[in-house]
Order: sequence, then structure tokens, then C-alpha cells
Amino acid sequence: MNLTYRPLVLGITALCFSAIVLGRAQAGGNHFYAPVVDQVVKEECGSCHIAFAPSMLPASSWQRMMGNLKNHFGDDASVDAETAARISRYHMANAADAGGQRYSGKLLKGVAPGSAPQRITELPAWVREHRKVPGWEWRHKDVRTKANCAACHAYAEQGYYDE
Amino acid sequence: MKRTIAATLATFAVAFAAPVSAGPREDLLAQYASATQSSGFSAVRGQALHTRNFAGGKADTPACISCHGKDTRSPGRTPAGKPIAPLAVSVTPTRYTDPAKVEKWFKRNCIEVLGRECTPQEKGDWLAYTISQ
Repeated sequence: MNLTYRPLVLGITALCFSAIVLGRAQAGGNHFYAPVVDQVVKEECGSCHIAFAPSMLPASSWQRMMGNLKNHFGDDASVDAETAARISRYHMANAADAGGQRYSGKLLKGVAPGSAPQRITELPAWVREHRKVPGWEWRHKDVRTKANCAACHAYAEQGYYDE
Repeated sequence: MKRTIAATLATFAVAFAAPVSAGPREDLLAQYASATQSSGFSAVRGQALHTRNFAGGKADTPACISCHGKDTRSPGRTPAGKPIAPLAVSVTPTRYTDPAKVEKWFKRNCIEVLGRECTPQEKGDWLAYTISQ
């Protein structure tokens, strides 16, 4: 009796698993965020930290950030007006709720419209995805800050944020 | 056709023969020298500046070497984990050839480390040091 059911149960289990994987893939859960390709933007935004993908924050966030480069997370990251305009244009066009929407998936879930969050690492979806990372890993000498994506995501610079 | 090629070649020859007297690094040093009354720049003073701890800047970056490391020929690391190309010109030959870039980073980094902008004398000394490395 048991023997007749076993293949069926196994088959159903496999099917459910595939459905979950497929569902995640369709929901944009492939953890790819198109990297910055504009060389000026890449240089200006990617010298101190990795050039975070514009699709990781909504346009309102980038707008607010570009309005306060004098105090950029405690550092003065001011650039000349022409460069600032170029960076703004690029980020607004490719933001999570603009051209970058196809990459952002569920990243903006739980973010109030127009709330302009400044830290990617404080987005509810980011927090949820990283909830299992223990404190000692964040404090590791090769990590030190949550902004250091590439310490764990080896292909972050290329846009891939798989585990 | 032949004449056109000859003319093109001549143009290139003239373009490349144009003053090679001073590179962008020498121009920068000359610019800093003209802005200060001192007798010149010293790599020894530059090294002292590079390794010294300052109290006026940010607590986590008291010295140049906080991020750039003690060895100018090895890469440094930003607080957010990005590698920084070695400062020594012998290892990174493209260093200090873009004056706007040099000025941009002097401004940012001096404010972060010293809590103020660097003087032309300090910039010249520091460049003399890293160029010699």
C-alpha cells in the first residue's frame, strides 16, 4: 500500500517545490539590480561605496539625497552642479518606481509612497531578506558596514545579489 | 591621396611634438608652489603628514593611513569596503594626472581627516611624497 503512494507523494512534493521556485522567479525574486553603466555616475557614486543600483530606491529618495550631498550620511559628498544634474537624471530615470521597476520587484513593499527613504538597508524588504545574518558577521573585519554589499554578494558590482 | 596621408601624419607629428616639458603632476606642483611662499616641497614632510594622527577630523579617520594604509604601494580600503588604488605613482602610474580629481579628493579627504582644507604647502609636500614612492 505504502509503496503505491510513495511515487505520487514524491511527485506532488516536487511539483509544489517547482511551483514555489517558479512563483518567486516570476515575482522578480531573482535578485538582479542593473548596475550603473554611466561612467561619470559610476565614478562619482562608486568611489567610497559600491555604486548602488538606482532601482534600489524610489525616485523620491534619490531626489532627496541629491538635495543634501553636503551631508551624505555624515560625509560631504558635494559635486559640481553639472555632475549633480547628470547623477540626478540617471537615478530618477532608473529608480525603483521608474525605469528600474522591472528589477526592484518587491523591494518597495511596505514603503509608503513619497516617504523618500534614504538607506537601502532600512527598507522593510531588505531587513526581511537579511534577518538571518548574525551580528558577528556584520562586525567581521571584511564587512563592518551593511553598505558593504560586495563583502558577501561577490557579484554585487555586476548587479547580482543572490546569496 | 598620398598627400592627404602625408598631411595627416604631419599634423600628428606636430601634435605629439607639442611641449612635453611639464606633465600634469608638475603643473600641479608648480601651481601649489606659486600659491605658497615656501622654498619648496619635501617628501619627508609629506610622509609625516600622511602618517600623522589629527584630532580635528572625523573620529574614525584620524589619519590618511586610516583608509589608504601604511604602505603607499598597497591598496587601501574605504570605510564602506571599496578598495582604493595604491597611492604610489610607481604602482598606479595614472595617479595625480587629473588636476580636478586631485583637488576634489584633497578637499574631501583633508576635511575628513584634518577637519579643514589642506594648505598648498601640505598638498605639495604630500604629492612630493607619493610621487616619489
